[in-house]
Amino acid sequence: MTITRKLAAAVAAAALVLAGCSSELPAEDPPAGGDTSAPDATQSEFFDQAEYERQLGFRDAQPLGPADKPWEQMIQPEMVDTTQYKKAGGNYHLCFSNAAVNNPWRQVGFTTMQEEVKLHPEITKFTVLDAEAKDDKQISDIQSLAGQNCDAIIISPNTTATLTPAVEAACEAGAPVIVFDRGVNTDCPVTFIHPIGGFAFGANGAEFLTEEVDAGGKILALRILPGVDVLEQRWAAANEIFSESDLDIVGVEFTDGDAAKTKSIVADYIQREGQIDGVWMDAGATAVAAVEAFQDNGVEVPAFVGEDQQDFLRMWVDEGLTAVAPTYPTYQWRTPVIAALKILNGEEVPSEWVLPQPVVTQSDVDQYVAEDMPPLHYAMCGCEDMPGYPEPWK
Amino acid sequence: MQEKPLPVRATPPEPRTRRFALTPTVIVYLALVVLLIVGSVLVGLRGGVLLDQAGLLNIFTRATALGLVAIGQTIVILTGSLDLSVAYLVGLTSLVAAETMAGQDGMIVPGVLLALAVAAVVGLVNGLVITVLKANAFIATLGVALILRGYLEHNYTGPAGDVPRTFQHLGYDRIGPIPVAALLMLAIAAACWWFLTRSRPGYHVYAVGGDIEVARLSGVRTRRTILTAHVLCSVAAGFAGIYLASRLGSGAPYVGTDAVFDLESIAAVVLGGTLLAGGRGGVVGTIGGVFILATLDTTFDALAVDPFFKDVVRGVVLITAVALYARRMVGRSP
Amino acid sequence: MRLRLAEGTAPVLVVLVALLVGLAIAGPAYDSVEGYLALLKRAAPLMILAIGQYFVIVSGGFDLSVGALVTAGVVIAARMIDGQESATAWVILLVLAFGLLVGLVNGLIATKLLVPSFIVTLGMLLVLDGAVFLWTGGAPRGALSEGFRQFGRGSVDVPVLGEVPYSVLILLVILVAAALFMRSGTGRALVATGDNDQAVSLSGGRVDRLRLLAFVLSGVLAAVAAILLGGFAGVSAQVGEGLEFRAITAVVLGGVLLGGGRGSVVAATAGALSLEALFTLLNLLGVAGALESAVQGVIIIAAVAYAALGPRTRFRTSRQPAPTQ
Repeated sequence: MTITRKLAAAVAAAALVLAGCSSELPAEDPPAGGDTSAPDATQSEFFDQAEYERQLGFRDAQPLGPADKPWEQMIQPEMVDTTQYKKAGGNYHLCFSNAAVNNPWRQVGFTTMQEEVKLHPEITKFTVLDAEAKDDKQISDIQSLAGQNCDAIIISPNTTATLTPAVEAACEAGAPVIVFDRGVNTDCPVTFIHPIGGFAFGANGAEFLTEEVDAGGKILALRILPGVDVLEQRWAAANEIFSESDLDIVGVEFTDGDAAKTKSIVADYIQREGQIDGVWMDAGATAVAAVEAFQDNGVEVPAFVGEDQQDFLRMWVDEGLTAVAPTYPTYQWRTPVIAALKILNGEEVPSEWVLPQPVVTQSDVDQYVAEDMPPLHYAMCGCEDMPGYPEPWK
Repeated sequence: MQEKPLPVRATPPEPRTRRFALTPTVIVYLALVVLLIVGSVLVGLRGGVLLDQAGLLNIFTRATALGLVAIGQTIVILTGSLDLSVAYLVGLTSLVAAETMAGQDGMIVPGVLLALAVAAVVGLVNGLVITVLKANAFIATLGVALILRGYLEHNYTGPAGDVPRTFQHLGYDRIGPIPVAALLMLAIAAACWWFLTRSRPGYHVYAVGGDIEVARLSGVRTRRTILTAHVLCSVAAGFAGIYLASRLGSGAPYVGTDAVFDLESIAAVVLGGTLLAGGRGGVVGTIGGVFILATLDTTFDALAVDPFFKDVVRGVVLITAVALYARRMVGRSP
Repeated sequence: MRLRLAEGTAPVLVVLVALLVGLAIAGPAYDSVEGYLALLKRAAPLMILAIGQYFVIVSGGFDLSVGALVTAGVVIAARMIDGQESATAWVILLVLAFGLLVGLVNGLIATKLLVPSFIVTLGMLLVLDGAVFLWTGGAPRGALSEGFRQFGRGSVDVPVLGEVPYSVLILLVILVAAALFMRSGTGRALVATGDNDQAVSLSGGRVDRLRLLAFVLSGVLAAVAAILLGGFAGVSAQVGEGLEFRAITAVVLGGVLLGGGRGSVVAATAGALSLEALFTLLNLLGVAGALESAVQGVIIIAAVAYAALGPRTRFRTSRQPAPTQ
């Protein structure tokens, strides 16, 4: 024990002594991650009134750009000049640090991104490092990409606060940095691409239930797991809306994204409450299992909030459910590639590229059902018109 | 470095082998060299360089956190025990360190010490459950892991705490291509090597793992040895948590479980030639195992291999290596 | 009969009865047969996994690959069936054969190459997790047929009891078969192998074959669990996540000694049902999900401590000849 204690002190001391040698630590000049991350990181309550209102505002705003290509649209953009990154002549080397491909959403998205790259002959090399959902590996990955002569670096961060320093380091390497999906606590990337956001997603579902379910109706909220910012925002918004409604939230449960556990939890609630009038979910991966729990218990399926996975959309149509599917569109995986090329062409891009976030409703669900696609394929992939479709997604 | 993988006391002397005996430790390092050569060739064929500055930096960085956890895991495995709670403990200690520091330079030392103290307490609990409650190490540490998980899930919803910039140098500084933290990890490995092969409690670790009854009869305080091993293992995991906190800039509850440190560290230890049943092996082999895993990772990244394929290779490598060691051991014993 | 029950079975049955009584008090659904049948249906896959894990543990090993095997089974079934009803029968056979094959490989590596089962099955876990998703490109493909799902989802009308889920019937058949098997000479030899393999070997038992058999049984039963879980909840990439640890926990909760040589299969199964009943009860009582795992941790430590410390006191009080086996 004394050895380890001494070593502990030595660790700190040695770090200070050796600090002079060389460091991957980004320079302090831009607002450092450590400083800005503090309020966000320690905040356990994920609700943010201003951001909530901003996102609800985005929902009603008219996006700019071609309506048939939502992945190129932008909502209320503030354009930035990118001439400093202009590099003529094509032969681009694009680099991508991916958080993971460990779930169907990311799988569909990554496939879409790879196909998007194929559309552009000027991209001659596309280097991808997969962090396998490990923050520490993604930090190394980004460092590694920063040293590989990339013409642009695309980053899909695994977590927000912890990857901020690595993204700052990548920015200092010189190539333009594009962040999408989850954000980071720094504005050094040229553009940050994301759909409207978790508050809007959560609100869409919750508003649907307040409209469809009578006052006093019993609502069961199913969440995947705590602590994931994107999912926490969805619940925070829904919770806000529910708390102002007359609905009775009988339970908020974590399912771990496990279909069997979801089914068991829903069955327990059906038995405990006698009747459930609406189900809100923060992600649709287990929506079908939840619907089946009602069917297997011989109870009518209540109003449901799902997502745009094919299995849920098919069930929705086949069973004539009353449902809504907010989406976190996978077509956003196309946008970073498009943005990278714009930047390398010296064209303006928005500093925050907010993509529209469609909602599948009773009236248009039919057009999103694709019988021949896998059950966990996401309808909102924006990939139907791509040359290779549908083979790579199958 | 040369290592005596055999206990000096309390086990029968090994029959003398020829001078260049292929002990598991030697095999590990031979395999590492072969892997580096094959990897360099394959990456070279694709027009890249594996062992340039960035490549070396990558390998060392990847080896650091896993190395720290695996060093500790080696000690408990040598006693015939095992620790499945390290993954959650790494997350917990990263949070303790980052939250104590709270962005202030003055709190670095208290943060580090508190994190190590928390780790030591968890190790003590592991050890007590095993020795006093007589629970099998697998279940005891799985139980403690579940309790830690409950604590983390109940109290945290994501990264928390704030590591001051000064301390982040620990995670980011390097000398040439070698990160300072990797050197510190190797220093800790060397300290453990010394402890295991040159100190009396270290001999006892091998004795207990070799045959606990024989050890007890020959006067070794087996209970104390197992307790010490578990405390040291947890402290090593604590170091990993502190290192990751400095690297991430904050504490993260799932940093250990995302990296699957529990199973990965056990894999690295047995890959390094330590017998899962205890009594044979050592830290030197473990470090070799860790570097094999890190090199595999880096090579696969350079070759743009599908991440799912990596798991397949890791599994096959693990089984093959241990099968190889088992064969040699059978071949050598009369 | 009394002796058999006495060997570690009584405590877990007491715990189980207590939990079931708790359920009856806490949940209105548990005042009828259907409520308990629903619980059994939910618990059936874990109970079947626990039976398989019991064979391996009692003979002195571990099987960490069952969770990955369950996922593999479901993903393979979905891709091979691809929604076609006509493919159901042969795909079910395929999944069972796959489980058998994985068990065989585990067993052969553990017995012939002398790799500790913990490592073999850990390696197998990695290989299966990687290979299955390498094959399907990261996410499950295809769909299960209604016929396939019947086993985990459907039920059959039984006189007196009413609608009994297929999975409960399958569980009962397997449990009875396992209990009979453990009474046979082979079953007893399996336990003896875990207790002292050299003694078994000296008295003419084929230790390697017995251990191999345990792994094969575990693999096949994991495939059965995959069929039931896929049927119960549909295609999912996470269906088997963590099941290996839960199955081991269940077996240990049933008083089976890790390292082998002691414990009964009925108790191991009861351990699995207790675990599932505990989760249900915690859920009914509204215990926060986060604390669930902490409660589980405390309970398994307590169970093992009891099992380890209990027998010594028993030994002292009753010095019957040949207290084990």
